[in-house]
Amino acid sequence: MRTTTEPPHSVPWINPYMIHAAIIMEKIQEAEQVNTFRLRLVDEQVRQAFRFQAGQFNMVYLFGVGEVAISIVSDPDEPERLDHTIRVAGRVTSAMAHMQPGETLGIRGPFGKGWPLDVARGKDVVIVTGGLGCAPVVGAIDYIFRRREQYGAVKILHGVKTAHDLLYRERFDAWRRHPNTEVLLTSDQPDKTWRYHVGVVTELFEQVALVPEQSVVLMCGPEIMMRLGVPVLIRRGVPASAIHVSMERHMECGIGLCGHCQLGPYFICKDGPVMRYDQVAGWLGKTGV
Amino acid sequence: MAETHESQVDHIPKSAIQHLIDALRTRGYRVLAALVRDGAVVWDEVVAVADLPIGWCDSQEPGQYRLARTDAPDMFGVVHGPQSIKPLTFASVEPLLQIERTSAGFTATPRLPQQDKIAVLGVRACDLAGLAIQDRIFLNDTFKDPYYETRRKSLFLIAVNCTRSLSTCLCVSTQTGPRAARGFDLALTELEDGFLIEAASEDGRALAAELPLDTVTERELQEGIQRIDACATSQIRRLDQSALPQALYDAHDHPRWDHVAARCLSCTNCTMVCPTCFCHTVEERPDLAHHRTEHSRLWDSCFTQEHGYIHGKNIRPTIKDRYRMWLTHKLAAWVDQFGMSGCVGCGRCITWCPVGIDLTEELPALLTPTSMPGEERPTS
Repeated sequence: MRTTTEPPHSVPWINPYMIHAAIIMEKIQEAEQVNTFRLRLVDEQVRQAFRFQAGQFNMVYLFGVGEVAISIVSDPDEPERLDHTIRVAGRVTSAMAHMQPGETLGIRGPFGKGWPLDVARGKDVVIVTGGLGCAPVVGAIDYIFRRREQYGAVKILHGVKTAHDLLYRERFDAWRRHPNTEVLLTSDQPDKTWRYHVGVVTELFEQVALVPEQSVVLMCGPEIMMRLGVPVLIRRGVPASAIHVSMERHMECGIGLCGHCQLGPYFICKDGPVMRYDQVAGWLGKTGV
Repeated sequence: MAETHESQVDHIPKSAIQHLIDALRTRGYRVLAALVRDGAVVWDEVVAVADLPIGWCDSQEPGQYRLARTDAPDMFGVVHGPQSIKPLTFASVEPLLQIERTSAGFTATPRLPQQDKIAVLGVRACDLAGLAIQDRIFLNDTFKDPYYETRRKSLFLIAVNCTRSLSTCLCVSTQTGPRAARGFDLALTELEDGFLIEAASEDGRALAAELPLDTVTERELQEGIQRIDACATSQIRRLDQSALPQALYDAHDHPRWDHVAARCLSCTNCTMVCPTCFCHTVEERPDLAHHRTEHSRLWDSCFTQEHGYIHGKNIRPTIKDRYRMWLTHKLAAWVDQFGMSGCVGCGRCITWCPVGIDLTEELPALLTPTSMPGEERPTS
């Protein structure tokens, strides 16, 4: 039988399919075809009841078009503000890109298991992300910095394909100013303004000092980054069980019923999206699963 | 909803089955039974015993289904048709929410199904096992599905113990039949003359008390046991799942997957007839004016292209990937996910596969090691 690291998050909804209206308070363009929508649930009772963990996701709904699973970027300490960074990828997200402040989206959630921030307490936290994979850990980073003294060294390693894929530039700059914190960025295809490393994100592992036995790794990005990157960390002495990856699959229901997001014995929507690496290691890199 | 209790067995004459139907109708139940429609049996409303397919029997082979007239006067000579009772609880199309535009945005209203009381006359043990698995999926997890629950609560289930196996049946090896063990209100065993009737729930006992029952004789009890035993003994297909789930996970690169993929049409039939498959998709059905939209779920299948789609790529692009997904999920991952196999031995996936792919052939072939990587050992 599979093991789980965290108990399932308790959710107040009686009907898990119910969609709650949320007003777009702000729309922030992060990059070409990438926007962050700042949402506020309309119904006060729902808004009061809504609590989430960093790394969980919502099903975000557009009237008459459909739903998509999008991780919550905002801070779990401010649950009345829901930020979702949405990249244009398909039918629903293309339509969402045209939405403006004052218009209404729908929210169903929160679903899934978030980052193990309790497990990481008292330890060094190494955050490795690629591309839009930085979004699901933003909430975790904010959470840690609000409790800076409870965590050891924080190392944020982030890779992008091209320089203009870099989101949250100001946030990275702000995080860098925290004590005992390193932020390392890299790009495969830099432009002439790029001041950071050139190459893939795993090359940054060589540039940071790690104390492997006291580190917890949070990783999110393309599956290939996890498949190639994690073994490098393990070779450096980080236990596989201390590495947590956020997986991505097609999700329609968010609650383990629709069957789409399966990876071997797991439903990514309810057993994940954050999974302990040693649980999923055997499934990464297998074709057609 | 059915409960499991120590049950009392009585005898009921064939002529009293009409009383059973009448008693259920008096209680407000719509009574469904497997009735002959267009050369197959489907669940439909039964008012009179004469509606039942008396004197019909079905034969099923891989990729083949036939109904034929027989001389036998059996009321339940037909074992089962393409439909399990799954559609009665997990509907093939289920409107979830009605969503209307308002000046401030929209409002969503849940559309829970109408609670029609439905009695099913002639549920087979395999389908009761399928229902128990669906209960586990839809009712016993972090989230309870209110649509399934509403439909489920409306059911009154009259099992018929199987006294005839089809060539595609394998419930003995999956330990789900041919006798219905639990999950029913009443169970019937058809004898030469009359039925054994067993009440297993409060509702079942109350209903049985209104029927003209006789005390059962030892000879009748023995006849029932013999008929069910003979049915079990006659089963020719079996599925040895003792090495699962791990052995099937380990067979991920087995060349047999290519062999089966070359025959599989990816038509989704096996998943549509399966009593336990639960995949679904969610769809919007807006009206023309775009003022109102129905947010519905529809049955989906892991054999479709879209099932494994993830922005810009398909996780399972080939038929081989999808057949492997289906079988590995059904027989292996299901055990990890729900503590039980996803196969109840009804054999419908074998019968209704247009090319006759048979999981009882595929599983042993997949669990037979090949002598060299990439080289297939002939299978008998």
